[in-house]
Amino acid sequence: MLAWGRHPVGTGFRLLDRLWPIRQSPAVTQPLSFQRMILTLHDYWSDRGCLILQPYDIEMGAGTFHTATTLRALGPERWNAAFVQPCRRPTDGRYGENPNRLQHYYQYQVILKPSPPDLQDLYLGSLAAIGIDTGLHDIRFVEDDWESPTLGAWGLGWEVWCDGMEVTQFTYFQQMGGFDMKPVAGELTYGLERLAMYIQNKDSVYDLAFNDQGVTYGEVFLENERQMSKWNFEIADTETLFDQFRKAAAECENCLAADLPIPAYEQAIKASHTFNLLQARGVISVAERQAYIGRVRDLAKGACGAYMAKNGWAA
Amino acid sequence: MRSVYGEERVGGVMTDFLLELRSEEIPARMQDKARDDLARLFTAELSRAGLSASAVVTFATPRRLALIARGLPLATDAVSEEVKGPRASAPPQALEGFLRKTGLTRDQLVERDGVFFAVTSKPGRATADVLVEAIPAIIRAFPWPKSMRWGAASASTESLRWVRPLHGIVALLGEEIVPVEIAGVTAGAATLGHRFHHPGQITIGSATDYEEKLRACHVIVDQDVRAATIRDTADRLAGEAGLELIADEGLVRENAGLTEWPVPLLGRFDEAFLDVPPEVIQLTARVNQKYFVCRDTSGKLANAFICTANIEASDGGARIVEGNRKVLAARLSDARFFYDTDLKVPLEDQVAKLDRIVFHEKLGTVADKVDRVARLARWLAAEGIVPGADPDHAERAARLAKADLVTGMVGEFPELQGLMGGYYAAAQGEDPAVAEAVRDHYKPVGQGDEVPSAPVTVAVSLADKLDTLLAFFSINEAPTGSKDPFALRRAALASLALITTHGLRLSLEAIMQQVGGAVIEQHGRRVASRAVTQDLAAAERLGAPADFVHEEGYERKVSFEGEGAALVSLMEEGLPKFSPFILDRLKVQQREAGIRHDLIDAVFALGGEDDLVRLLARVRALQAFVGTPDGTNLLAGYKRAANILKKEGYQSGNTPVAPSYSPEPDEAALHSALDTAEPAAVAAIEREDFERAMAALASLRAPIDSFFDTVTVNDPDPAKRESRLALLERVRAAVHQVADFSRIEG
Repeated sequence: MLAWGRHPVGTGFRLLDRLWPIRQSPAVTQPLSFQRMILTLHDYWSDRGCLILQPYDIEMGAGTFHTATTLRALGPERWNAAFVQPCRRPTDGRYGENPNRLQHYYQYQVILKPSPPDLQDLYLGSLAAIGIDTGLHDIRFVEDDWESPTLGAWGLGWEVWCDGMEVTQFTYFQQMGGFDMKPVAGELTYGLERLAMYIQNKDSVYDLAFNDQGVTYGEVFLENERQMSKWNFEIADTETLFDQFRKAAAECENCLAADLPIPAYEQAIKASHTFNLLQARGVISVAERQAYIGRVRDLAKGACGAYMAKNGWAA
Repeated sequence: MRSVYGEERVGGVMTDFLLELRSEEIPARMQDKARDDLARLFTAELSRAGLSASAVVTFATPRRLALIARGLPLATDAVSEEVKGPRASAPPQALEGFLRKTGLTRDQLVERDGVFFAVTSKPGRATADVLVEAIPAIIRAFPWPKSMRWGAASASTESLRWVRPLHGIVALLGEEIVPVEIAGVTAGAATLGHRFHHPGQITIGSATDYEEKLRACHVIVDQDVRAATIRDTADRLAGEAGLELIADEGLVRENAGLTEWPVPLLGRFDEAFLDVPPEVIQLTARVNQKYFVCRDTSGKLANAFICTANIEASDGGARIVEGNRKVLAARLSDARFFYDTDLKVPLEDQVAKLDRIVFHEKLGTVADKVDRVARLARWLAAEGIVPGADPDHAERAARLAKADLVTGMVGEFPELQGLMGGYYAAAQGEDPAVAEAVRDHYKPVGQGDEVPSAPVTVAVSLADKLDTLLAFFSINEAPTGSKDPFALRRAALASLALITTHGLRLSLEAIMQQVGGAVIEQHGRRVASRAVTQDLAAAERLGAPADFVHEEGYERKVSFEGEGAALVSLMEEGLPKFSPFILDRLKVQQREAGIRHDLIDAVFALGGEDDLVRLLARVRALQAFVGTPDGTNLLAGYKRAANILKKEGYQSGNTPVAPSYSPEPDEAALHSALDTAEPAAVAAIEREDFERAMAALASLRAPIDSFFDTVTVNDPDPAKRESRLALLERVRAAVHQVADFSRIEG
């Protein structure tokens, strides 16, 4: 599909060829609804040359697990993509009773490889586009180094604060799957609900305007939170989960043996999410926890290594 | 080789140099060290080229690291180097070799006093040329704690590393641009102002107008000025609200490192949150949000916070304050949620969870540690070692002391360990002495920290630390060199602080037996009860291959049983290292009190002294004594006696016999002085009256001096010689009642 994506770095498509003038004070009369905010970000990043992808169809804990981030960050190819990814964090569930915590929420993820020189400005432009006036609000880049033990990945960057609230994780990936990034990719992860609560001045996520016709976030998701929290914490059959974990791990290795890194990676994500569910069920002891993380990391690293090898990229 | 500087000065004119390295946001915590490193590397690079500045100042903001060097010459001095060669009379091969080495010809050499010299002159270099090479070298060698690659260039892992992407360099020598270039960044005179107030370019004229120009563009370059602004404004805002700022210099510096144009703003949070312990509010405000907090006139924590914005907002900051208030409210409601949830769980129930936390693979879980500490704390109280501590209270407090490790609040804020346990213990109606001990049992945390004095607290704190020390020594995990992964040196200093502050009388040997015994006992129980198959089942469930080994995995547990036998031999190897270790720590601790380390050795060398309080009392008496003329002379007499005995190869332990001949008067006098002094010293030591023991020794000084003055030890008569050597041995033995004087320096 992405013929242009195969160009070596330095030739072909250039991200910055079609820059919009950045609006300093956008004339936004009414705060953006949740969906309008997503559409605005899609437009913004689409206009800047990003592929607009759809969410990955497997449960995952963060947008970083999407193959468009993890696998595509590997290797020398130019790659610019943006997408929304639903994130599942079973232990963060609060039965719909906490106004800030959800076991299922959305991240907006932008991945740009190589990281463009004006990434910070591009990012600030996106904030302006969704209605954050930097003449009125205090935007700060506060040190926050990112590490994903389950992906064997780390990077340096910041959490971006807007009036003291973390709204985005901004990272220059240095390693993924244990491999040095060549070249480095820049990753922006917007916390969509937080940003929306900020823009719409709401104290509870459930009060967010989902659209401009009066549908709230709570109407869409509150019941999901209640039921899923109950299932995550109380109902999920742990023997089934242990079984699923084991089978996903085995299937991952099966795929690796067949030199199929992408299906292998999918199984690693499944194992990772199953592990998260087991954690929520409280059946993994502190000592075991490290072993599970290590196991998932080995699977993910194996998939990344196979992906590199299949593409003929040296570590 | 010798260098001659200063022969011809190219330029006597001095100028200033400005360097600014502009990047994306530098972590606040790295900025101070980065300034020091920049100054150091710059000075070193310059001095390598033979240059030095009259002054070097450095600045750091989130987006720039800058340096101004004042009084730099425009060029380096010419340097002439002279290398000595062979003598003119040396064989021709020597001359040929020298010519090859220097690359010169015979007629280029200078002959002086019959010796050849190769003279090379290096003309002075323009300072700008030096800088063009030096700056990239500094940038490449810069020791950031963590650095990164970025952009298209990072396709190679050899690409430039910097703390965050480096975007611009200003390098001006006087008013001239120094054409530095590195990784595609070319130095110029242009920089950027404040990210939001002045996003456009500004041109710097020279080092002289740097600060001023940036200030006009909303950037205060000098971190100390920003810090002062934050400190003063925060103070003023608090005052205007009728409150008192809780000063926090670390927070001032951190906020100065997060802003180029700091604007402190005061906001209020819901008073209802004040139900949460004030330490929690202060911590979450500080750590998570970097806010200052205030006290009201009664000294209580007020419902106010001061955040430091980086902009002069067009609405005066109203929206910024409102946004920050909301974030803090969310944080505080989280904290209150944890607090309320924790309060509903009895600490006993939390204690039950401690057996899931591994303390150390060979020492079991935190529950095992708690059990050891509880028994030791009870023993310390019951034996009267910690006077006034109720044994039941001591054990109870020790059993609850670690419960807060599994509470939600401490999970969120590990810094609050102990403190939260204290709150929860008080809330569930524990005895105040118990709650206090739970709260303070980590103290003293470092040197200079308050040493607890409540007896129950002392018992629990001391038991906790002694257990940590001896448990690790019993598995032969003593600190070595700079490696002290379990912070045993700190635990030792804390134990010593407790012991010496309160004069606690305890035998190290007895403690070793208590802890070592408990470790063995627990180990035996664990092995007996451990169903190894459980772990194998867990590994199988994990879907791991049989040989899967992970650093925290199961395999080590599976082999636990095999380690059982090894534990005893570890103990035999490890525990004997404890006494020398604690003595070493004691010397470190006592150095500040001015106690001589050699005197500690002198007393300790006698052996059998494992009561540190008594040991120190002896050392102090000894130190007072050796400072007196009696002491100095006795020491001299002792050393003379010891030397003679050594020279004569005299075996100590011979029974002294009364002389069979008629002794010289001074010899007889020494005998009788010893007859008096020996039992007096022994009796005084028995009573732990070490001053009196020293006085008894002091009485020997005059007789010893006279003895050496008038009596010949090495008498031709073997009977006399033997008897006098025995007398000297008696002197040595008498002195050794108090200390091994041979260990005393000087």
